[in-house]
Parts: sequence; C-alpha cells; structure tokens
Amino acid sequence: MSEIVATDALPKPKRDIAPLLLPLVLALLMIPLVGSPSSWVTLTVASLAMGMMIFIMASGLTLVFGLMDVLNFGHGAFIAVGAYVATLVLLPLASWAQADSLLINLAVLVPAALLSMGVTGALGLVVERVLVLPVYGQHLKQILMTTGGLIVAEQTLYALFGPQIIPMPLPAALRGSFILGDVAISKYRLLALLIGLVIFVAIELVLNRTKIGLLIRAGVENREMVEALGYRIRRLFLGVFMTGSALAGLGGVMWGLYREQVHASIGDELTVLVFIVVIIGGLGSITGCFIGAILVAMVANYGGFLVPKLALVSNILLMVAVLMWRPRGLYAVTSR
Amino acid sequence: MMILSGDPPRSRALSILLVVILLALLATPFVFPGAKALNVAAKICIFAALVASYDLLLGYTGSVSFAHTMFYGIGSYAIAIALYGLGPSWTSVAVAVVAGLPLALLLALAIGLFSLRVEAIFFAMITLAVASAFLVLASQLSWLTGGEDGRSFQLPELLRPGTVFIGKEWFGFPINGRILTYYLVLSACALMVLALLRVVNSPFGRVLQAIRENRFRAEALGYRTVFHLTYANCIAAMVAACAGMLNALWLRYAGPDTSLAFSIMLDILLMVVIGGMGTIYGAVIGAAIFILAQNYLQALMSIASTAASEAGLPLLPGLLHPDRWLLWLGLLFIASVYFFPTGVVGRLRGKPAAKH
Amino acid sequence: MSALLKLTGVETYIGRYHILQGVDFEVPEGQTTMLLGRNGAGKTTTLRTIMGLWEAKSGSISLAGEPIEKLSTPDIAQRGVGYVPESMAVFSDLTVKENLVLAARNGPLDDAQLAWIFGFFPALKKFWLSRAGSLSGGQKQMLSIARAIVEPRKLLLIDEPTKGLAPAIVMSLIECLKEIKRRGATILLVEQNFHAARELGDQVLVMDNGTIVHRGEMAALAADVPLQERLLGLSLEAHQ
Ligand SMILES: Nc1ncnc2c1ncn2[C@@H]1O[C@H](COP(=O)(O)OP(=O)(O)OP(=O)(O)O)[C@@H](O)[C@H]1O
Ligand SMILES: [Mg+2]
Repeated sequence: MSEIVATDALPKPKRDIAPLLLPLVLALLMIPLVGSPSSWVTLTVASLAMGMMIFIMASGLTLVFGLMDVLNFGHGAFIAVGAYVATLVLLPLASWAQADSLLINLAVLVPAALLSMGVTGALGLVVERVLVLPVYGQHLKQILMTTGGLIVAEQTLYALFGPQIIPMPLPAALRGSFILGDVAISKYRLLALLIGLVIFVAIELVLNRTKIGLLIRAGVENREMVEALGYRIRRLFLGVFMTGSALAGLGGVMWGLYREQVHASIGDELTVLVFIVVIIGGLGSITGCFIGAILVAMVANYGGFLVPKLALVSNILLMVAVLMWRPRGLYAVTSR
Repeated sequence: MMILSGDPPRSRALSILLVVILLALLATPFVFPGAKALNVAAKICIFAALVASYDLLLGYTGSVSFAHTMFYGIGSYAIAIALYGLGPSWTSVAVAVVAGLPLALLLALAIGLFSLRVEAIFFAMITLAVASAFLVLASQLSWLTGGEDGRSFQLPELLRPGTVFIGKEWFGFPINGRILTYYLVLSACALMVLALLRVVNSPFGRVLQAIRENRFRAEALGYRTVFHLTYANCIAAMVAACAGMLNALWLRYAGPDTSLAFSIMLDILLMVVIGGMGTIYGAVIGAAIFILAQNYLQALMSIASTAASEAGLPLLPGLLHPDRWLLWLGLLFIASVYFFPTGVVGRLRGKPAAKH
Repeated sequence: MSALLKLTGVETYIGRYHILQGVDFEVPEGQTTMLLGRNGAGKTTTLRTIMGLWEAKSGSISLAGEPIEKLSTPDIAQRGVGYVPESMAVFSDLTVKENLVLAARNGPLDDAQLAWIFGFFPALKKFWLSRAGSLSGGQKQMLSIARAIVEPRKLLLIDEPTKGLAPAIVMSLIECLKEIKRRGATILLVEQNFHAARELGDQVLVMDNGTIVHRGEMAALAADVPLQERLLGLSLEAHQ
C-alpha cells in the first residue's frame, strides 16, 4: 500500500498532559518538605523504582479489565506465585546468586524470572478457563470466583512452602549503591526502574505499532465491533490475560527481591495497591496505569518519610483526590 | 405472616430447617450445656444478622462491598473502647451505641456518595481499599484500640457470669448473666433479621431489585437509584455495626482478628453464597451451616491430617492440616458459586437459577 | 432471484423481554432490501441477531443456504457479512487509517479499493492520520461504512446511516450507497428516512412490534400513499 498523505490534518486535538505532569509536580513540591536534597533524591528514586514494580504488576489487570470487563480479584495470587516460584531457583543456587560476578548472578536471576513468568502465565491460562470464562459477563460472580481463586492460591502456597517467611537475598552484584556526591542510589532500584521502563515502552510499542495492539485498543473501546469485524476477541483476551499474569509474576519476583523476603500474604498486600493504581489510572489505560503506579509509590515513599503512620491511608486519600478530579480515573478509555 | 413481612420461606423443607435452627438456638443453653456450644450458638446468631445485612447489598442491590467488616468492626470497637475507657456500666454501652452507630452511618454515607460519583464498577475495589486502610488504622492507633492485641473489657454487672439468677439446683447448672447475654444476643439478632426481611419486602426493597435487574431501566422509570443504593448501604452498615456490638459484648473483647480481618469478610461472602443470595433466609442457613462446619469440621481435618501423615502420604498432611481450613473453604466457595449459585434456599425452593 | 439471507421464525429475547416475535424474510442477492418501521419496532435487534450479537432463541437464519444462527459473531463476519451499527462504533482512540487496517481482515489495504472509497468519501483521505474520535458525526458514519466495504463482502447490514446527518450529507451518502449497489453488493438497510429508502430500495420490509408486517417491492410501496400511511404513520411523510 502506498503511503497516503493526509492532505490537511485536523488541528491536533490537545494532548491531555495534565495527568502526566502530576508526578512531576508532586516530586517538586516535596523538595522543601523533605528538606535535605540527598534524602529527596533517594526517596524519588525509591518511588520511581517501586512505581515501576507496581506498574508491572498492574498493567495486566488494567488491560484485562479494559478489554473484557473482567474484574480479577485474584490478580494478587499471580504476584505471590511468581515470587515463590523464583525461590525454587534462587535458593538452591544461592551460591551462584552470591558469587561476586554479575554474569553468574544473572545466570541464575534470569532463569528464575523466566520460570516465574512461565508458571504464572500457565496459571493464567488455567484461571481464565476455569474461573473467568464460565462466569464471563457476570461481574458479581467474577468477583466471587476470582476472590475464591485468590484464597485457594494463597492457601496452596502455605501448604506447599509453609507459613514461614522465606528469605530471598539480592544477588551480590545488585547489592549496594552508586554514590554520587552525598547521594546514594541503590543498584537494585536502578535496575527495577530500567526493567519497568523497558516493559512500559514495549507495551506501548505493541499497542501502537502492531495489529494485535490495535485490536487490543479497539477491543478496550468496543469489543462487540471488533467481533463484528471478524476477530475472535476471546482468544486475544486469553493472550492478554496470560501475558498480564506473567507480568504480575515478574512483578512478584522483583518485589520479593526488593523486600528480600517472600510471604504468601504478599498477594493481599499488593492487591490493594494494584487496585488503587488501576482505578487512579483509568481502567484499560496503560499510560494511566503507569502514572498511577508512580503516584501511589510517591505517596507511599514521601508519605512514609513525612508521616510514617499514614502510609496506606494516604493512598486512599490519593485515590479520593484523583477520583474527585476525574471520576473515571486519569485516562478513561472504555466507553462502557 | 405479619412477622415475616409476607415473605414466608415458600418451601416445606426450608421452613422445617429454619424452625429447627431457631429451636436449637433457643434451647442451646439447656440442651447443650458447655461453653463451646454456647459460643457457637451466639456466633451463629450474630453472623445470621451480619450476613443478612450483607445480603441486602449483595443479593438485593447486586453490589459487592468488601467494607462490611469495617462496619462490623466499628460496632465491636465502639463497645470495647467505651466499656474499657468508661468502665463496665450501662451508660458506657449507651455511649458506644450513640457514638458507634452514627459513625458507621457517616462512613457508609461517605463511601456511598463517593462511589456514586465514580463508576459503579469501582465500588468493589474502593470498598476493599477503604476496608484495608481501616484495618491498618485500627491496628496502628493502639492508644485507642489496643493495636494488634485489641481490647478486653468487663461487662456491666448484670451480664457477668458471676451474676446468678437461678442456682444450680433447677437445671443442674446456674442461670447466670452469661445466659442472659446469650438471649439478649439471640433476640437482638432475630429482630434485626426480621427487620431486614421487612425492608426487602417493602416497596423500597422492590425498587432495589429493579435496580439490580436493570439499573438503566429503573432510572428510566424515574427511580432515583443514587438515593436508593446509598440508603441500602446505610441500612446494611447500621445492622452490621449492631451485630459488631453484640459480638464484642459476647466476647468481652474486640480486636482486628475478631472483627476486622479480611478473612471475616470472606466468611460472610461464603455464608451468603452458600445460604442463597437475595433471600435473607439464606443468611440464617448459611451462617448456621458455615459456623457449625468451621467449629466441628476442623477437628475432623486434624484427625484426617494425622492419619495421612501416619500413612506416610506426601502433601496430604499439609493440605488437610486444620490451618489449611481456608483452602477447602475457597474451593467450596468456587464450587458453590459455580454449581449452586442460588444456594441452599434456592435449591430448596426449587426455583430456576437467577441469571445475575 | 435467489435469497442470500433468509430468516425463518426468528425470536430474540433481551433479558426477559421478548423483542423479536417470529421474524421471517428474505434478502435477494444483488439487491437492496429496506427494513422500515417505527422506533422500537425491533429493526436494530434484527440486524444484531443476524450478526450474532444477540442470540436467536428459536428460528433459523441462513446465509447463502447455510445456517448461521448458531455461529459466533466473528464467524458470521468471516463468512462475508459487513456490519455498520446504529452507533457507528468507530474506534475513536484509533486513527482513520488504523480503523480501516483492522477492517481489512485479509491483509494490507488495497490501493484500488481505497481510491474507490476516497472517491466518494474524500474526508477520509483528508483526515487519514487523525484520531477517529475527532471526526464529525457524518465523517464517522463514512468511516463506519468504509470499514464495511474496504474488502468485498457478500452482505452488508447497515443501520440508519442517515441518522442525525445534514440533508446535504444525506444526499452524498445516498449517492455512495448507490455506487456500492452498482458494484453488485447485497444490502439490508435500516432507514427512517423515506426519501432515502425510496431512492435506494429494491425490496422493502416493514416491521412493527417485533414482526414483519409488510413485504414487497419498494416501488409499489412508494406509489401507494395510503398504504405508507397505514404502515408507517405520518411521521415518515414529513421526510418526503
Ligand atoms: N439492551 C436492551 N435492553 C433492553 N431492551 C432493549 C435493549 N435494546 C433494545 N431493547 C428494546 O427492544 C425493542 C426494539 O429495539 P430496537 O433497537 O431493535 O428498535 P429499532 O427498531 O431499531 O428502533 P429505532 O428506530 O429507535 O432504532 C425496544 O423496545 C427496546 O426498548
Ligand atoms: Mg435502531
């Protein structure tokens, strides 16, 4: 097909950038409140890193919802399973992980992450077929079924791995910080930031540059019409569901390493955060999810520093504030 | 039929079951003496009311709230804090009621109005977030709530076990304040369940069902759905708070694990689903079945687990361990949503499965 | 003339409401069949049922002799049915180009076909890379129709394309549909605008309360004013 030149494009609709500026403004506002510039840099990097991890976990959930109107209350289970599966590789090969060579560290870290993603992706397949598909289109039952799934997954983890906290030490090469003047930036946080950015860019590219991506975006907006054009949206949905589950698994691994420990309740704990992110961002919007994740992490980090007791409550306040401003989230995609 | 608000059980088996449950609850102190049986019976009463109030939301308006335990907790803590702080008197109980109920009402109103401003689909997520924040708050404000340890307190004189009304000589055990408390709990809960039955059978309840069936249509018919849903939320929250108060009075204690934990929310969901959504009677049945199972099946699991480990089976001892009770609960939960969406009551009434 | 599409005794429920109460009609190949009727008569429901978007509780629907009432929407579309819904349903977050890329299921867009489309919808060329959401109502309608004809389809289901459009645009839309007709397309067209119906229709069906109450030649109905009044009421007269 020859390239068609738009003879006279419409005046470009104004890009909605206010939400994009939000994290920036928040970060700048915090400079005087935090006081010391070096603490501020540390907190900001911590926020961004944490935000990226939450984004990775939440991205699948927002697409799954946007595309098929499916509310998966069991999403947290994938996070927990991901983290636990990684320990299956990381603990037996602890000597590799603690070796003083980045290459050897990665040789155990990468397979661990890939295994986690494989297992959670496969689990996603099972969950979609067994828990989501039978009650497709019925919100109430979806919520009940996936909540049930979360309980079962969590309890199975307890039964298999025991109720104790499992330590998950960071590989040697990722410990410590880069020191720039009087600012210390943790290596692992930097890595998390990098991975998050790469995933964000990759998702954006897929959504904008490939036909599958076009179908997902179109499906988020109007899935009936996608079907009326002759595409089997259920298959597409299954693919998105599995990818989202795998990403949640990856997020679980990263979170486990970040906390250097794993516990089955990690799913519960993060479910709430992930929900808040998805709501703030606008259901179905990847950009919104990205910004929402950073905002939630910023509030948690700056808030934790300034008013330690109110960390989780401050997230609720954030959610209330954002929804008062935009009742459908920062970027509302679905027309439903 | 006045007392049932013109909504009888409509099934002989169901009526018999309900009568049996009621008689058993009434007779428990005399027929099954012992602390455990009385505790189980009181818990059934309290949960019957709590679950019935949740059914008003889930079954009659079709909205899933994860914040119901929050209201339950508010009631529990109101009693605990008042009796702990002001001493064991009836005035303290009155203070708890006067402070706790309006607080629950206000919060329900706030959540209701806020959720109505945003998309309906957010409701479940928002309530989950708010409830978890409340849980954190309750365990962190330890100067007020006692933190993770909760608050134990003394009951007013009349309700204490030491207050004996009729001595041992009549029934072989004394009729004391504890038994009086039990009947107080039982009658209050029965009243609440009957009141909810009245609510759902009033014109208001029918509007709620119309909204559940098709919110759009109900709006087109001129009902102010916003008003009705918020109102239902408030009623449910008040009943939950009352149930929480009774719970605290019965346990002489309030803490995160007995009144706010997420697992209680799951229990409530399970009871509603097992009993049958949108029936109110289902709450009574669900609570009775569930709590009996919870208290007596765990013992069985423990026996099975030991047997499995003695037989040298892999994995099974872990899966059957009483602590893994929730695992089986979860499976049961999924199975009942899947296979018995209308619950016990729906089955007994033999009506075709509801679509939503 | 053989029937490309045939409905026999089709009944559709939406929730508890019995909307289509036994719909029978045929759409002859190569012709344009108009589906007329009052608001709420069930026209949109009929198209959606053919498309598999509502399930037909009973009755049969056949396309080129094969039953399709049990097929899923994508399968029906893949058998060569193009659908232009009442709401137009353009993907507003996607550009005009991306909308058409998705509609061209069998591969890249065909230049000749595009040139033909641009011939009567120049606006689509003009706004090729703009977000579809920023198009005007008429332009969205053009895009929605373009999506259905970007590849050859056996049958086009078009729901009220002239709804809410200015008279001048209605005229050009009519021209466009005539052009599509000339290419030999079979069309089932829902229309409230009697003028448009008269211009385009070969056959006509009139619906009321979920059943077909009249079927015949468009020309005959156009000539019989008392019959029009009886079937359609005066509201349609106003459009003439
Ligand atoms: N989603 C729905 N839920 C409930 N009822 C519906 C729904 N969609 C349509 N109906 C009902 O079905 C009937 C037929 O509707 P339909 O949209 O097919 O009419 P129509 O002939 O296309 O009308 P119009 O000319 O106004 O487009 C109407 O009574 C309408 O109220
Ligand atoms: Mg219509």
